[in-house]
Amino acid sequence: MADASYPADLKYHAAHDWARIDGDTARFGITWYAQDAVGEIVFYDPPALGAQLVQGQPYAEIESVKAVSEVIAPMSGEVTEVNEAVADAPEAINSDPYGEGWMVTVRLADPAEAAELLDAAAYAELVADA
Amino acid sequence: MPRRSPLHDEHLAAGARLVPFAGWEMPIQYEGIQAEHRAVRGSVGVFDVSHMGEVETSGPDAEAFLQHVVSNDVTAIAERGAQYGLLCREDGGVLDDLFTYRLGAERFLTVTNASNHDKDTAWLRRQAAGFRVEVGDAAASWAMLAVQGPRARALLAELAEGELPARFRTAELRLAGVPCLVCGTGYTGEDGCELLLDPGDAPAVWKALLAAGAVPCGLGARDSLRLEACFHLYGNDLGEDRNPIEAGLGWCCKLDTGFVGSEALAGFEPEQVLVPFAFTGRGIPRQGNPIRAEHGAGVVTSGGFSPCLQIGIGMGYVPRADAEPGTPIEVDVRGTARAAGVRSKPLYRKED
Repeated sequence: MADASYPADLKYHAAHDWARIDGDTARFGITWYAQDAVGEIVFYDPPALGAQLVQGQPYAEIESVKAVSEVIAPMSGEVTEVNEAVADAPEAINSDPYGEGWMVTVRLADPAEAAELLDAAAYAELVADA
Repeated sequence: MPRRSPLHDEHLAAGARLVPFAGWEMPIQYEGIQAEHRAVRGSVGVFDVSHMGEVETSGPDAEAFLQHVVSNDVTAIAERGAQYGLLCREDGGVLDDLFTYRLGAERFLTVTNASNHDKDTAWLRRQAAGFRVEVGDAAASWAMLAVQGPRARALLAELAEGELPARFRTAELRLAGVPCLVCGTGYTGEDGCELLLDPGDAPAVWKALLAAGAVPCGLGARDSLRLEACFHLYGNDLGEDRNPIEAGLGWCCKLDTGFVGSEALAGFEPEQVLVPFAFTGRGIPRQGNPIRAEHGAGVVTSGGFSPCLQIGIGMGYVPRADAEPGTPIEVDVRGTARAAGVRSKPLYRKED
């Protein structure tokens, strides 16, 4: 696994999820901290296309050898794309959490929800205290 | 405040992730569960299992006493021998599963599960009334390391002064200069030994094992390895609410010895039995997931992802009529029905 990193172009939810916002769509995934805490991810159960995500609510599950973790939606919206490659090879979430390990693309219900998310510096501070 | 292993500093130095476990703070993993799992299947790994408890039983009635409380035939343990057995309640409920080592004609060491150790010790002392026996809580006197894998014996032989014990035998040897009780036992389905030694000596032996090439392995890999091998985990697959016949452990219950619980087990016909199973598609079973089988409901008692088979595997109780290997069952994983099949033990075999 790569070293800890929290790219500056992403917004972060305190439940350890990121959003790469592009107008009224966004791509979601889990943070370096989250994948490190979960350990080697061996199973990702993606949501269905068209699923309605609610900010702060779980939308998918990831599993390590030992445990199950929920993935929390950083913002609300409708799933327009799921990363099928990650469903087949979930270790990409560990090796590249902000790139190949992305989870879903969402049409945002309310782009203004971004105001409730953390920037990279604030999120890095949050996990440094954890 | 959780108890710390005598190897706490070594674990931190090796990059361990420590978790609370049965009142202890123990390593769940170092590099990663799957890498550690593969090291044990393919080479050699070392586990700190110092959280395990020990009870020393000695005196002229030590053998008769253990024969009274342990399910297996303790009189069959030769000097320097080892044997798996159970502690049962009068009604047959399982109090613990344990290995007993015969150190002398009238001296035995029994290894308990950490979570059961205090309960076991109290139970044994209560049962000891009328026997000329001393039941000593020796948990604080022993550290315990498990060296497991196809290369385990070769690695230990390099460090040992003297010959390693055969499987299910013990030997008192110096390892890396340190006196150890070396036992030909393990919990991974691989060849190897378990070492009982003075806690103060444990860091020196640990360092020597790592220097000789043993991969440090945590409780995560210990669990995934034992599940592939279909070894029971107390608290998951065994408990006071299940008896040994249901759990498939009738083979280590010698009813004619008259051990505590044997009367309840005589003629017992189980409605459910413990079986290993594997998923045929996606998903990972977890402890507590409901099982649906043709003849009724069941429950997953251990589940996880098999690093060797790369599928979800588990053990669970199913109706006896659905216990035949090959029987299709369904596991409800948090609302999603997943297809599985009953398998024979072990779930993973070397030839696979």
